[in-house]
Amino acid sequence: MKVTYFPGCTLKNKAKQLDIYGHKCAKALGVELEEIEKWQCCGGAFTTSSDEIATKLSSVRALKEAESKNQPLVSLCSACHNVLKQTNHAIQTNETFRARVNNYMADGEYNGGAKVMHYLELLRDVIGYDAVKEKVVNALNGKKVACYYGCLLLRPSKVMQMDDPENPQIMENLVRALGGEPILFPYKNECCGAYVSFENKDYTAVKSGKICNNATLNGADIILTACPLCKYNLEKCGSDIPVVYFTELLAEAFGIKE
Amino acid sequence: MEKNLNNAREEIIRRSGVNPSKCMKCGKCSGTCPAYDEMEYHPHQFVYMVETGDIEPLLKSQSIYRCLSCFACVDRCPRGVEPAKIVEAVRLEVIRQQGANHLKAEGVAENLDEEIPQQAIVTAFRKYTK
Ligand code: SF4
Ligand code: SF4
Repeated sequence: MKVTYFPGCTLKNKAKQLDIYGHKCAKALGVELEEIEKWQCCGGAFTTSSDEIATKLSSVRALKEAESKNQPLVSLCSACHNVLKQTNHAIQTNETFRARVNNYMADGEYNGGAKVMHYLELLRDVIGYDAVKEKVVNALNGKKVACYYGCLLLRPSKVMQMDDPENPQIMENLVRALGGEPILFPYKNECCGAYVSFENKDYTAVKSGKICNNATLNGADIILTACPLCKYNLEKCGSDIPVVYFTELLAEAFGIKE
Repeated sequence: MEKNLNNAREEIIRRSGVNPSKCMKCGKCSGTCPAYDEMEYHPHQFVYMVETGDIEPLLKSQSIYRCLSCFACVDRCPRGVEPAKIVEAVRLEVIRQQGANHLKAEGVAENLDEEIPQQAIVTAFRKYTK
């Protein structure tokens, strides 16, 4: 099976492990991530203002390509996924926005036909956890994992519709399939401080510190994430709990981690 | 900041798509806001102050740069008001003015370190700069 893949800027630079192991694990599961040849950066955030058009066109082009190939548009980075899903939703639900976007689309309109999926959704909904389980050669032996979602995977939940936004289980169920033990983690959908760390690291260290403390308090060995910015913030807050991309954990369980 | 503030109010409402009069002033958005301690005006105040046209203090407040865009207020508002969209619309009202970018390219180097992901840089610029 082939899917259209949008890597995003960070996965080609600071978050290479997220990308590399994403490809390897997909391959092990019989899925090829077909990278969009000329993808452009999603911009990191979906501006909620309805009069902002040009900053959303890179996402529209990616969506259009996936639609033309009749494949789901899959990404690994929480931010890319959030921007792509919100842009698609705006195209589908806001006629004025759609019309204004299409004024820019010289080589054909886009009207919201693509399906946006996070890699985690691909694992759950298309591949299935039973198939994942079959590939496990190094079960995680009860490793205690704090599954951290942050904001971008879940909210706005009306649009993202990935899981129960207040008590998601999509990562927990993946960890179980790999033989790990997801811990109770009430801070799993709290904000790490996000992009504000770019200018104010003391502020974000407080936000991330609370999340790491909560994971440690509940006995976690590691924190699991899909977001390069969450990882950065959690690692910079002064806590020493390891923060790991979910694709790294998957690769470890599949015995293909280098 | 020379602005027609009545105009600003209409612009903010139009751009955000938020109807502030739906708010029942329960304060749940502010109760759930992770930026509460850093914000001079809290999300429910943004909604109320836009409703009543008390815009100028919001335009001048650093609160527009303290919001984390976490959308907790949007998800948890019992009336579907979506306060984060008001905060963003107020921020755009400021940074879309000539020379009012909150982040300037010249200052970037000092904020960088070895591990900082590209995502942090592009997102901060998208949020703070036009
Ligand atoms: S949660 Fe909603 S209804 Fe309650 S104060 Fe905030 S905006 Fe108003
Ligand atoms: S989006 Fe901003 S205002 Fe709303 S809860 Fe998050 S930090 Fe607070």
